[in-house]
Amino acid sequence: MELVIEEKIKRTGPVIFSEYQAGEGIRKALSINRQDVLFELKASGLKGRGGAGFPTATKWMLSAAAVADKKFIVCNADEGEPGTFKDRVLLLEYPKLIFDGMVVGGYTIGAKTGIVYLRGEYEFMLEHLESCLEKMRNENLLGKNILGKEGFDFDIKIRFGSGAYVCGEETALIESLEGHRGEPRNRPPYPVNTGYLGYPTVVNNVETLAAIPHIITKGGEWFKQHGTDKSTGSKLFSVSGDCEKPGVYELPWGTKISELLELVGAANTKAVQVGGASGICLPQSQFDRVLAYEDAATGGSIMIFNEKRSMLKVLKNFMEFFVEESCGQCTPCRVGNIKLLEGVERIEKGNYTFAYINTLKELGKTMQVASKCGLGQSSPNSFISILENFKEEIFHTNGNGGYDGKAK
Amino acid sequence: MLVYEQNALSEEIENLVKKYGNDRPALLEILQDIQRKHKYISDFAQQEVARLMNIHPVEVNSVISFYSFLHSHPQGRNIVRLCRTIMCEHAGKEKVEQAIERELGISFGQTTKDNRITLEYTNCLGMCDMGPAMIVNDRVYTHLDPERAVNILNEIK
Ligand SMILES: Cc1cc2nc3c(=O)[nH]c(=O)nc-3n(C[C@H](O)[C@H](O)[C@H](O)COP(=O)(O)O)c2cc1C
Ligand code: SF4
Repeated sequence: MELVIEEKIKRTGPVIFSEYQAGEGIRKALSINRQDVLFELKASGLKGRGGAGFPTATKWMLSAAAVADKKFIVCNADEGEPGTFKDRVLLLEYPKLIFDGMVVGGYTIGAKTGIVYLRGEYEFMLEHLESCLEKMRNENLLGKNILGKEGFDFDIKIRFGSGAYVCGEETALIESLEGHRGEPRNRPPYPVNTGYLGYPTVVNNVETLAAIPHIITKGGEWFKQHGTDKSTGSKLFSVSGDCEKPGVYELPWGTKISELLELVGAANTKAVQVGGASGICLPQSQFDRVLAYEDAATGGSIMIFNEKRSMLKVLKNFMEFFVEESCGQCTPCRVGNIKLLEGVERIEKGNYTFAYINTLKELGKTMQVASKCGLGQSSPNSFISILENFKEEIFHTNGNGGYDGKAK
Repeated sequence: MLVYEQNALSEEIENLVKKYGNDRPALLEILQDIQRKHKYISDFAQQEVARLMNIHPVEVNSVISFYSFLHSHPQGRNIVRLCRTIMCEHAGKEKVEQAIERELGISFGQTTKDNRITLEYTNCLGMCDMGPAMIVNDRVYTHLDPERAVNILNEIK
């Protein structure tokens, strides 16, 4: 597996990539009661790393409080947002952190089963992950009466996606696990009450789960020392594009975009797309903004474009992505994304009016409020921010969408 | 399909149903296994799955049609998926794409005459720091250049 070898670099970072002994988090959690685990988690201020940023302690408390015969912990390893690959690194190099986090979750909310929903694209990891699970079973970190804790049984299984970005949305993911088309459900009810097979289910991102063992062993206060008041801890950033050192970086929340650009050796940067295709595209004038939930929020995708790139082409690529990945269940998203793509194509040909562009921007805003799930709600972000922040290049330079109309 | 082939397929699906169970959540796992082995899920296979799981064949078909990695029509023995998301594009996907098409004499979306390779595009593979990237069946190849990509494809059977 060329990838595993390629990635055997020593990583360092304040939280996720800090020292950790496999099984330590489970040992610690089992030595204290569930309330104390929840207390540490709350003290840490950890928020979901999958993009939406929901407080993890609240999610766990709600499902811990739910009364049911079965509960589930689901690890969302669908990682489909363009420009995101930090979960790949965690799954390949730090599976113990993720699995330990799931076991701690099982103990805390009272679940016996953990499910990893792994994107089909990552099938090459299966053997590696299964062998980690087997090792944990041999060490009684999974299985019955874990580490001698009477009555605490927990095991983890791996299920696959089949190439659908929308299945990363938690209710679509649950539909998919249940053997259906991965179409998002209306929320409420939320998965914490009515999730997999109707049982209380915690769905957490890979990175969220990987933070848990560190928080349990080192404490919520320690975690909170990193980051900002509202965005505690650190974040893994998947950095790609026009820079010398693309890759995964662990940085405290609150890092400035300009600092990150310097760190990765980016030169002549024209634009930074923060948060993937669903995120926003920032011009140079905004590079002093900070990466944090309260400012430039992101699930970790940072894509860098230098001055040679055509922003219209970038936008077109994103819109094609959304047209293809929309599940088609609701009209604003199904039709809206097609209209936005048509708009981009007309700009490309120079066959547009500003009145028409403004109507499309309004349509985008309608999609943001009227779509059923996060896909349709966030797909207009790129459209609106690129046309606004790069209007000089797209409309003013020569009025037909890019450098001499020949978008590179 | 010949009768003995049908019987073999039925038996195979029966075994999958034994392995995964006949509850609805097993449906996707069963379809994924059939896809993995046969590269597509034939009408007959769909009917057998439906019969053994006690659901309508239309249900099975609607699940298959939703997922881009599940096919209901025959594909080549190897499915090649080239990432076309922006980072791979900026890393040189187009040159790789052209070289592959030239070498195999087909376009993306088509299958070679000898049924050896089907070419498809796919969205972000999560290899944005190592593009251009492609998946051949379940193996990922990164840092492609036109020559390397073509060599990889020429080697598969
Ligand atoms: C279209 C769409 C795709 C998503 N993809 C992912 C994903 O690949 N991984 C992920 O963890 N969360 C994804 N999410 C967010 C999940 O719905 C959910 O908020 C998250 O898994 C919760 O975990 P967290 O609280 O630990 O972040 C996606 C959301 C939407 C709307
Ligand atoms: S917003 Fe888009 S992806 Fe989400 S439910 Fe509606 S059509 Fe499906």
